[in-house]
Amino acid sequence: MVGHVVHKKLYILVFAALLALTALTTGVAFIDLGKWNTVAALAIAVCKASLVVLFFMHLRWSSGLMRMVLLAAFVWFAILVTLTLSDEFTRPWTPVPSNWEAQIQQQVR
Amino acid sequence: MHSSTAALAEQFDDLEQQHEASSLGMWIFLATEVMFFGGLFTAYILFRNFYLPAFEAGSRLLDVRIGAFNTAVLLCSSLTMALAVRAAQLGKKGLLITFLLLTLLLGMTFVGVKLALEWRHDYLEGFVPGVNWTFHGPDSRHLELFFCFYFFLTGIHALHMVIGVGILTVLIIMAGRGRFSPQRYNAVEVSGLYWHFVDIVWIFLYPLLYLIGGRY
Repeated sequence: MVGHVVHKKLYILVFAALLALTALTTGVAFIDLGKWNTVAALAIAVCKASLVVLFFMHLRWSSGLMRMVLLAAFVWFAILVTLTLSDEFTRPWTPVPSNWEAQIQQQVR
Repeated sequence: MHSSTAALAEQFDDLEQQHEASSLGMWIFLATEVMFFGGLFTAYILFRNFYLPAFEAGSRLLDVRIGAFNTAVLLCSSLTMALAVRAAQLGKKGLLITFLLLTLLLGMTFVGVKLALEWRHDYLEGFVPGVNWTFHGPDSRHLELFFCFYFFLTGIHALHMVIGVGILTVLIIMAGRGRFSPQRYNAVEVSGLYWHFVDIVWIFLYPLLYLIGGRY
């Protein structure tokens, strides 16, 4: 036999946890927590994804090679999000002068 | 020993290496899928920050009950898929076909609910940009953008589900012909990885589209 055989009970336990987290994230969405609503929703989603990756996708029993591929995927995704959002969030740091059109016109002449 | 030598392709040293090579291939494909969905997710986060009130209003127009139901359906299908891989590892042919069929049915339920209930409802309510759009007002263009993201994200996810259903059909036929053994079930294993990945995409889509933006 090849690969690690996981006990049936563990799969059912993970499944129960996933359903519980789904109920939790749905419930939390109906309570006003301000900005923390988004944080809670994403944190719970990351927990659920981790459970699926570790147990259903057998990463817990896989070799370092598979872990490296997954890590690489998320590092590249993090670069994409970080660089894009760092542009958006820093735009107000250097306000555009209100007379920018006139300034450009002047430079053209 | 005869069955294990027949299961081993000649380019591999042993069954363990063969098994790892096929899984590695699927993981690399899934890494490209992370980038594929990642681009859309990043654009969604960015435009959500630009037009927050319209995107929150858009979220509230979606039916959270259908979203939650479909999440549960997809999680069930991930469990049956994991159990199908387990049945293949143990060489239980009948159990393997049963779990693959259950996964197929749950996958079709997800796509069916999405098409026949959710998108049909969205169409009748006039939430479909360019096809049937009923909103007019100062924020309607931004709301339209939210629904563009909604249909692209859920549409591409549903396309992945349909491809998954096709893969499952092939697996069921192969399993019926006795093509899998505890030594060689790589096709079931990598299809499982794909199916769980599509589940993970939905795990993020559900809160991002339906939940954040305030249901209270």
